[in-house]
Amino acid sequence: MKTDLLFDFTVDKSTKMVFITREFDAELSLVWDAFTKAELIDQWIAPKPMTSKTKYQDFKVGGKRFYAMVSPDGNERWALQQYTSITPKTNFKMYNAFADKDENPELPGSEWDHTFSEQNGITKVSITIYNESLERLERILDGFTQGMKMSLSNLENLLATLSQK
Amino acid sequence: MRRDIFQAIADPTRRAIITLIALQAMTPNALAENFHTTRQSVSKHLRILTECELVKQEQKGREIYYSLEIEKMKEIDKWIAQFRKIWETRFNQLDKVLSTIKKQKK
Repeated sequence: MKTDLLFDFTVDKSTKMVFITREFDAELSLVWDAFTKAELIDQWIAPKPMTSKTKYQDFKVGGKRFYAMVSPDGNERWALQQYTSITPKTNFKMYNAFADKDENPELPGSEWDHTFSEQNGITKVSITIYNESLERLERILDGFTQGMKMSLSNLENLLATLSQK
Repeated sequence: MRRDIFQAIADPTRRAIITLIALQAMTPNALAENFHTTRQSVSKHLRILTECELVKQEQKGREIYYSLEIEKMKEIDKWIAQFRKIWETRFNQLDKVLSTIKKQKK
């Protein structure tokens, strides 16, 4: 992996926007697939120790991806994404909302916009996220923080068990 | 009254004030000279910044000098850093996925 790849992350809390730009050392079509094909998304979207599992995905305008972020203790946090606009290998937009396990969304959610471009074999992805509620943003953070703590305590238990032997 | 620190940086004039007083303590009059605005307007912004505990005041003779609470500014950094961390982890994972696929194709 190249270390000089651009990574830019800014939050404008007053406009409730998050701006993320990242470069990847891969051709555009591959990066596009990694962001739009569930079997690939599931391999990276959940920050470890969380895992992502997609129940179904229909990548077309009006189609949905229904998925869960699974914490190390098996707790499932379901969410529903609806694709609102797709320009192949250039841009896609979606509306993301937490949901219960029966696909009932909990509104408000967030609006996501992804733009892709390639130069000299490096693909740049720009993401903007608009959150209607900042509390929601903080709730996402809570979920991941809990997941992290969980795995650390698992590790502690494991170390304690090993050191007793 | 205590306000959310993010209210402090939501306004461009307040961000400019923060930048100026980060370099040196300044009076409201001196600050007003840097903007096309009235002293009253600068005082209003300083009041909000004070309520956010982002600035501290110091009386020197007849003048009040305002300076930046650096520790408080770090709170903003910390809040953002937590989200940044999540995305950093994600993208590092994606780098691995991409490089694995590239190898398989060869």
